[in-house]
Amino acid sequence: MGMTIAEKILARASGLQEVKPGQFVTAKVDTIIGHDISLAAFRELERMTADKVFDPERIAITCDHFVPSPTVNAANQIKELGEYINRYQIKNYFEVGRGGICHALFPEKGLIRPGDVVVGSDSHTCTYGALGALALGMGSTDIAAAMALGEVWLKVPETMRIQLTGERGPHTSGKDLILYILGKTGTNGALYKALEITGDAVGGLHMDERFTICNMAVEGGSKTAVIVPDDATREYLAGRVPPDAQMRFYKSDPDAAYCADYVVDCSEIEPMVACPHSPANVRPAAQLSGVTIDQAVLGSCTNGRLTDLRAAARILKGRTVKPGVRMIIVPASQEIYLDAMREGLLETFVRAGALISPPTCGPCFGGHMGLLADSEVAISSTNRNFTGRMGAANSQIYLASPATVAASAITGRICDPREVMTS
Amino acid sequence: MTGGRVWKFGSDVDTDVIIPGRFLADWNKEPEKMGQYCFYGIDPQFNTKVQTGDIIVAGDNFGCGSSRQAAPVAIKSAGIRYLIASSFARIFYRNAINIGLPVLECPVLVEEVNEGERLAVELDKGEITNLDTGKVYRFEPLNEMVQQILDSGGLALYVQKRLKSVLNSSF
Repeated sequence: MGMTIAEKILARASGLQEVKPGQFVTAKVDTIIGHDISLAAFRELERMTADKVFDPERIAITCDHFVPSPTVNAANQIKELGEYINRYQIKNYFEVGRGGICHALFPEKGLIRPGDVVVGSDSHTCTYGALGALALGMGSTDIAAAMALGEVWLKVPETMRIQLTGERGPHTSGKDLILYILGKTGTNGALYKALEITGDAVGGLHMDERFTICNMAVEGGSKTAVIVPDDATREYLAGRVPPDAQMRFYKSDPDAAYCADYVVDCSEIEPMVACPHSPANVRPAAQLSGVTIDQAVLGSCTNGRLTDLRAAARILKGRTVKPGVRMIIVPASQEIYLDAMREGLLETFVRAGALISPPTCGPCFGGHMGLLADSEVAISSTNRNFTGRMGAANSQIYLASPATVAASAITGRICDPREVMTS
Repeated sequence: MTGGRVWKFGSDVDTDVIIPGRFLADWNKEPEKMGQYCFYGIDPQFNTKVQTGDIIVAGDNFGCGSSRQAAPVAIKSAGIRYLIASSFARIFYRNAINIGLPVLECPVLVEEVNEGERLAVELDKGEITNLDTGKVYRFEPLNEMVQQILDSGGLALYVQKRLKSVLNSSF
């Protein structure tokens, strides 16, 4: 029996010829990532009495959640993190103003490579599956153990295959695909499983869209998601990863076993929206045009990349955000911010009446930088719409693509982007 | 046998309702104080109602969402002794075990137990007794790795022991 790409990566990292779903393995980790809230992991490392980490070159930390610090406690969290960074001599540390949101930043800096086992103290670490890595979110004690030992215990997951076929319609993006998939699997339909996103239509997905798809795989309960690297992956990595870096381009065997197999015809997918309070409560945007909004958010590790900003700018160009609606735009990294500036996207946003934030996770997780008031409604390109996540407990969040968020911002209600782009 | 009182929840209880994100800049200093915010997202008074030794019983996918370890820490420091669910979100499951909070899978019990009933858990026997009805349930046995971590008092102490003993021993 052959192996899937996820199984091959785990077998290699565990020093085994072969692994099977359900088997427990101890895998060597290639990269560990974290952010300002990962201070908790360094405290645990200290409690473990570890006087060093397994490899300071293989740990990457950025300040992104409480950035810039909204409270004294948040400021102290980052200050204390900096002290641990020095003490454990962590090499890849990105201070405020030097980096951005972890899952946009670390691939951009060439720190994630195909075939790597990556663990991170953030649930959206699965984003890196877009590069053909096996990437797993964990909590702070697990990450501390990985930093101390350079390995993690894992149960080999079953793999669920999702084959994307057909040609996408206009204004339909990777976000619409993953929302559609979540609508089919539900919030726990992929519990403990690895998703393998494959099929003819993958070749036509921009790397930014692949990041979006793998990013939100966790909302279906899955352990991770992975896309077999191709020419687009190689092109993305060129110039980012050092020429001597080790990269392992795995693909699944033709006789690999899958626990489930879904075929998704992309030509049938419209702009989709996840309604309160679940990322799997998905309906076409066109059916929700009666829902008025108070705030539109464009950004996050899910959809704050350059092509996301471009998609929104195409709609906002020469138009204005509807009076009474706030639009907050958050480029996900300093590099993306600079590119958006050079391309004139930021000017388009400001002229449209949108507020541009520095790279931060703030509004997405309800930390700061634009919380929702009582009973307010938001449309957001972020990843979770759980009760109260972005502010007041009785506020409501609809999740959508950057194009749908922008179209909704100018109309003041949930709006299928095809509606404003044909008129 | 003394039992813990049951607090019943549905499916897909997410970590944002267990501990809202805005508190995550505050939890590092004094994690034990997180109990006061337990379930703040849906019931800010929960902490005042719960008694030490109580038990949470929930449906599928308990703890979905963020990897924030503050979620099981808040539940544990509110006084909850065991978590029983039909299934758990994987990151939450690991986090709970790592801080020494036992998480048990027992779908049949979840179907049958009512809020306020008292359960007695015997980890070593793999049994849960409903003290109000007398019915005994068996839960899914914990895997060997999970059992070792719980026996050590959590993953931090487990790793501490490992760092002190043989450096190259297996995980």
